[in-house]
Amino acid sequence: MKNEFKIIINLLPIQSRILDVGCGDGTLIEALIKQKNIDARGIELEENKVKQCISKGLSVIQGNAETELRQFPNKAFDFVVLSQTLQAFYQPENVLNELLRIGKKVIISIPNFGYWQVRTSLLLFGKMPVTKSLPDYWYNTPNLHMCSIKDFYQFCDKKKIKMDRIIGINNEKISSINRINLEIKNLLSEVGMFLIS
Amino acid sequence: MNYKTENIKQITVAKPLKLDCGQTIKEFPIAYETYGKLNKEKNNAILIFHALTGDQFVTGTNPVTNKEGWWNTAVGPGKAVDTEKYFIICANVLGGCMGSFGPKNINVLNGEPYGLKFPVITIRDMIKAQESLLEHFEIKKLLSVLGGSMGGMQLLQFCALYPDKTFSAVPIASTASHNAQQIALNELARQAIMSDPLWNKGNYYKDKKIPKNGLAVARMAAHITYMSDKGLQERFGRKLQEKKDYEFTFDADFQIESYLRHQGNVFVDRFDANSYLYISRAMDYFDLSKQFKNGLAEAFQNHKTRFLIISFSSDWLYPTKNSKDIVIALNASGTNVAFAEIKTDKGHDSFLVNEPEFLETLKGFLDSNFEIFKNEK
Repeated sequence: MKNEFKIIINLLPIQSRILDVGCGDGTLIEALIKQKNIDARGIELEENKVKQCISKGLSVIQGNAETELRQFPNKAFDFVVLSQTLQAFYQPENVLNELLRIGKKVIISIPNFGYWQVRTSLLLFGKMPVTKSLPDYWYNTPNLHMCSIKDFYQFCDKKKIKMDRIIGINNEKISSINRINLEIKNLLSEVGMFLIS
Repeated sequence: MNYKTENIKQITVAKPLKLDCGQTIKEFPIAYETYGKLNKEKNNAILIFHALTGDQFVTGTNPVTNKEGWWNTAVGPGKAVDTEKYFIICANVLGGCMGSFGPKNINVLNGEPYGLKFPVITIRDMIKAQESLLEHFEIKKLLSVLGGSMGGMQLLQFCALYPDKTFSAVPIASTASHNAQQIALNELARQAIMSDPLWNKGNYYKDKKIPKNGLAVARMAAHITYMSDKGLQERFGRKLQEKKDYEFTFDADFQIESYLRHQGNVFVDRFDANSYLYISRAMDYFDLSKQFKNGLAEAFQNHKTRFLIISFSSDWLYPTKNSKDIVIALNASGTNVAFAEIKTDKGHDSFLVNEPEFLETLKGFLDSNFEIFKNEK
C-alpha cells in the first residue's frame, strides 16, 4: 500500500464517516473499514475500477467528481479525501469548494511541482519533468493544473482556508510543514498533504 | 395461456389487504416459484421482482410456456445469482396472469371472470401482497432483493415499506417515479389493446376470442423501447426478410418488421390483455417520492440496507438519469449506496441478455455482501 494511504489511515479517527474522491480500486476504503471501522464511501470515474470496488462490497459510486459532488448534503462526511487528483480537474478551485462544503475536514494531497527533481528537470535539461509521482509525459498527462506545496499553501492563506496540518512526504519519510520551514520542505518533498477545513 | 395448476405453486393471503384505490381484498392467491435451497441460518434468501410482462419462472424451463425462464442469463447454477449458493424466491405480481390474483380470476360472487371489475392496483399493493411470502418461508431478513425495470420499482417500494427486511438491494434500469414519456408509452400500449374490438371492455374470457391484434401491437411498440437505436441498426439494419427486393406490399419486407410481428404473436399466447392494462397502470401511478412529505430521500432515511444501483448507457426507456436520481436520494439520506453505469448498446433489455460487465458486477456485489451479512450475525 502507498505510504500516503498509511498516513491517511493514521490521521483518521475510528468510526468516522469519510468519502474518498477518486477512490480507484478501493484499497484505501477497504483498509479504513477493516482497520478502523470507518464508514468509508467512494466516488470513481472509471467503470472497471468501480466494478472492482463493488466486488469488494464497497459503497462506491461511478461518477465524475468535477460535476457530481453536488449530490451530497452539506457536511455529510467527517473527512473527505482527495489523493493526488486536484491537479487533474478542469476547475480545481470549484472542486475544492465542494469538498469543503460536503466534508467537515478535507485531506488533500498534491504531487509537489516545487520538488527539487521537478525543478532541475526543467532548469538543467529544459524538459517537462517525469518523476515517480509525475509518471506521465507532457502529451499524455491527465494533469492540467500543477502546483507546488508553496502555491497551495498561499492559496489556502488567500482563501482563508484553515490549514490544520501539513505533511511533506518523501518516499518513506514524512515531516511536518509550517510557515517557517515552508521553503525548504517545498524543495525536498515529493508529495504534500494538507488537512484543511 | 391456460396452464395446469399443478405447475403453479401458490399461497393464499388470508389477511385483508386494503388497496390504494380504497377496496379491500382477502383470501387471494399469490403464485410463486423458488430455486436453490434455503440454508439453516436462513441468510441466503434473495427475492426477485419481475418486470411488466415477466412471471415467477425466473430460470430453467418455464413449465407453462416451455420456454427458458426470463432471467436465465443471470440466475442458475454457477451463474451471477448462483442457485447452488442462494435461495431464490419470485412471485407473480398481483394483477398478473400466471396464478396470482388478477383480472382473469373468477369472481366468486357471480362466477364470472373479473375483467375490468378487478380493482385498479398499485406497485405498493403488489408489494404488500407479496410480503406474506417471507412469513411463509419464515425468513426474517433477506440477503438481497433484485429487480429490473418494474421489478426495480417494486424493489424500491419494498425497501421503503420494510427497511429491515433485506440486507441489500439491487434496482436495475429502473426509476423511483414514472415520467411523462414512460406514461405515454404505456398509454400507447393500452390504447392498442382497448381499440381491438375483441377486447370488448375487458369481457373476452368467455368466448375465448381474445384481443390478439391489440395485444400484439402493444407488445411490438413496447419491444422497440427495450432496444437501442444502435442495437437495432446493427442487428437488423435495412436487411430484407428472406427476399431479394421489395415486394411493393405491406407484408413484412424488412427483417425488423418480421421480428416485431413474431414478438407480438408469441406474446399473446402467454399474456392476458387485461393484466397488461392493470400492471402498466400500476407502473404509471408509481411515484415513491409522493409517499413521503420531504421527498424521495425520506423514503430511505436511517436505512441500513446496502444498495447497488445499475443503469445501462443505451437505455432510453429508463435512462441513467432515473437511476442517478435514486442515487442522489440515497446519498442525501446517508444510505450505503454503490452505483455503476454499464456501457452497452443493448438498451433497456441489457439486464436480460448476456452482458458480461453487468453480470460480473451483480455477482461481485451479491457474493461480497453475502460474506458481510454472514459475519454480521
